[in-house]
Amino acid sequence: MPDTALAETPAAAADKRLIGGRIPLARLRDLALVPAILIIAVVGQIVSPVFLQPDNLLNVLQTMSETALLVLAETMILIVKKMDLSLESTMGLAPGVAAWLVVPVGAGHGLGLLPGGWAIPVTLAVGALVGVINAMLIIRFGLNGFIVTLGMLIVLRGALTGISGGQTFFHLPPSMLYLGTTEWFGVPASIWICLTLFAVAIVVLGWTSFGRSLYAIGGNVDAAKAAGVRTDRVLWIVIVTGSVLAALAGLLLSGRLASVASAQGNGYIFTVFAAAVIGGISLNGGKGTMFGAFTGILLLFMIQNVLTLAGIPAQWIGALNGLIILAALIVSRITGGKVQD
Amino acid sequence: MPDASARAGDGRSPQEPPVVEATGVTKKYGPTVALDGAGLTVAAGETHALVGRNGAGKSTLVSILTGLQAPDEGAVSFAGRPAPRLADRDAWRQRVACVYQKSTIIPGLTVAENLFLNRYDRGRAGLIKWPALRRRAAELLAAWSVAVDPQTPAGDLSVEQRQFVEIARALSFGARFIILDEPTAQLDGAAIGRLFGRIRDLQAQGVTFLFISHHLQEIYEICDQVTVFRDARHIVTAPVADLPRAELVAAMTGDAAAADRRDGTRTVDAAAPAALTVSALTSADGAYEGVDFRIGAGEIVGLAGATGSGRTEVAETVVGLRSASGDVEIAGRRPRPGSVPDALAAGAGFVPQDRHYQGYVPEMSVADNGTLSVPARLGRHGFINTQRRDAIAAGMIENLEIKTPSPYLAVSGLSGGNQQKVVMARALADDPRLLVLINPTAGIDVRSKEFLLDKVEQTARSGAGVLIASDELDDLRVCDRVLVMFQCRVTTEIARGWQDHELVAAMEGMDLNA
Repeated sequence: MPDTALAETPAAAADKRLIGGRIPLARLRDLALVPAILIIAVVGQIVSPVFLQPDNLLNVLQTMSETALLVLAETMILIVKKMDLSLESTMGLAPGVAAWLVVPVGAGHGLGLLPGGWAIPVTLAVGALVGVINAMLIIRFGLNGFIVTLGMLIVLRGALTGISGGQTFFHLPPSMLYLGTTEWFGVPASIWICLTLFAVAIVVLGWTSFGRSLYAIGGNVDAAKAAGVRTDRVLWIVIVTGSVLAALAGLLLSGRLASVASAQGNGYIFTVFAAAVIGGISLNGGKGTMFGAFTGILLLFMIQNVLTLAGIPAQWIGALNGLIILAALIVSRITGGKVQD
Repeated sequence: MPDASARAGDGRSPQEPPVVEATGVTKKYGPTVALDGAGLTVAAGETHALVGRNGAGKSTLVSILTGLQAPDEGAVSFAGRPAPRLADRDAWRQRVACVYQKSTIIPGLTVAENLFLNRYDRGRAGLIKWPALRRRAAELLAAWSVAVDPQTPAGDLSVEQRQFVEIARALSFGARFIILDEPTAQLDGAAIGRLFGRIRDLQAQGVTFLFISHHLQEIYEICDQVTVFRDARHIVTAPVADLPRAELVAAMTGDAAAADRRDGTRTVDAAAPAALTVSALTSADGAYEGVDFRIGAGEIVGLAGATGSGRTEVAETVVGLRSASGDVEIAGRRPRPGSVPDALAAGAGFVPQDRHYQGYVPEMSVADNGTLSVPARLGRHGFINTQRRDAIAAGMIENLEIKTPSPYLAVSGLSGGNQQKVVMARALADDPRLLVLINPTAGIDVRSKEFLLDKVEQTARSGAGVLIASDELDDLRVCDRVLVMFQCRVTTEIARGWQDHELVAAMEGMDLNA
């Protein structure tokens, strides 16, 4: 095999990988889900003329914005070949702690210790703290990331149940409601935030040496070290940023629902993993792009929306969601052509 | 590298300080002494061989010379100046680079990105300028005439291309001293030739190499000086021309074990029943066509050929790793094509091509790995009788002289030669009627190699047929006859007693008599 490979002229090799001489094949794989998204749009329009109405599309984008932020966070973490299961419970606990401290006494389990303006800083700080603890256990002490974050998932979920007494926090201060409810230029703020953060993440991962070091670490950590990448520092940043993003996602969700349920975020992590894998992120690290992950989550939410518009009973949506994930994996296996890992 | 004023003339002037000098280096890992007051001096412009059996301390010295570890005692200097601090990776990279056996490229990224990892061209706003990076990568590859498209994902490169890319990357840092750690272990003959051509070219341009290899022949072919390590100590450094092969082996092993003590007196009983009959075997993916041969009980047959000639694929078909049209008959039974359990049940024992990949489960113990293929002998109804397993394992460890402190040690903790012995032990665990070995001695030290080949002969004497698929001449020397494959077909059959050049010529598809 090496003989033939080396004998190829560079030009011949280039022909195989460049379509029309311009776009590398690797780039095309990032776009693999775009045709699927277009097909779903057409199907959706056939099912219900409401589908392509701007209101409906904004609705899809807004309902997916919180989960999409988790996908963004998990994608970074998966690229460096780690995993963070506790994102979903961080999403619940971080705004939960803020609500606990801020909501006045008498209304549910609130303590009323801090003025309302503290809610956002407290939320983000709780996210950062969870990230720091995870990073410390995984990087500093070398524990298994999957189990650490599984444990953390259970701890955080239990802590939220503890502080809320299993009940939902209402009467949130205006600062917590703002991001989830306000509109900027006629579009909900959470959509702006979600799209902006994805745009930033696409640029960081594609065009900065920090972003590329994520791929280097996930692909071959020894080689990354040998190339002078400060691997531990990059991992710290990625894990802590991931948790802060999860806290932000929780803030958006609490704002939109004007409450923090004691089960907020439960089960989200499965959708998040599914979206990332469908979007081309490898669970073995080092592969996939932020744009791919975005198309993954967009596809899942569009299909759900079409099903709802088609009048599928709500009780069946869960089973169908699972089937969609399996079907999407099969489709991306066929279009991607490679064994998924 | 020395500055311009010190580099008078062609870079080979004898007054120039050595490119690298390590003196009195001692390194201990707990109770294990990996290096004991060892030293190495490499003069500018030469190609210097470092040889020694597994565990002689070569790898430790390499990690000290490349700044991955600090020595406990002793000093390293480059071009007469002390080595930089361990943390100063950039300074190290300007002095020395190592192409390891284990790849240090990142498979998911393109060649261009691998070349300039963590030192990208950045435009305004600090963003990476991909077009500039690709251009620079193309220039770099062209400057060192490496014919690789910089846009290729690095994971798609062949081993040979990967090595050239890693060499180009090392040179781009300014290093003119390059350590090659067993570069030929995974290459076929033609690729080795190209690698050596490249080494000579670069040597002429003033690049110094430290060449680590188990293949003594290669050292005579390419190196100027040779240094031998044994048991963590420096034994000898001499010009290659002044050190005959037997003395070199003696220095490595510490005794006068001759390199070529294969007897030519084995006789094969032509009337013996067939251990393996292969007829009209043609692979579905075109790896080989119309292969016919027969191996009698007690006979050792070599299957030689360059990489890609189909020899590995034929051997893998015999043991059921691949399926093909045609017939395979092992000791009178026809295993279902493509079924490894069936082939094993028919009496085959198998040493696969790449022990790291197919040979053993690294984190499982010696005992578990050795008995992996014989569950039926470990107990009834699928339960494992640990006493019985340990008894079998103890027998294996004794029989194959596996150097392990305990049968419960994970195989990943053993040296390469001993790992291969575990794989061999498993192949022999069920007293096979047919033993199939693919590259059985790749990447293991001289003494383990001799030992394993002796075992192969012993197995054949006990009445098993043996098939060795390899391009390693030492492996093929034990064979009663060698079938040579070239471009997917068996082209030549050579009986025992061949000359090296005959066999190599047949493997390369040349006809010396034409």
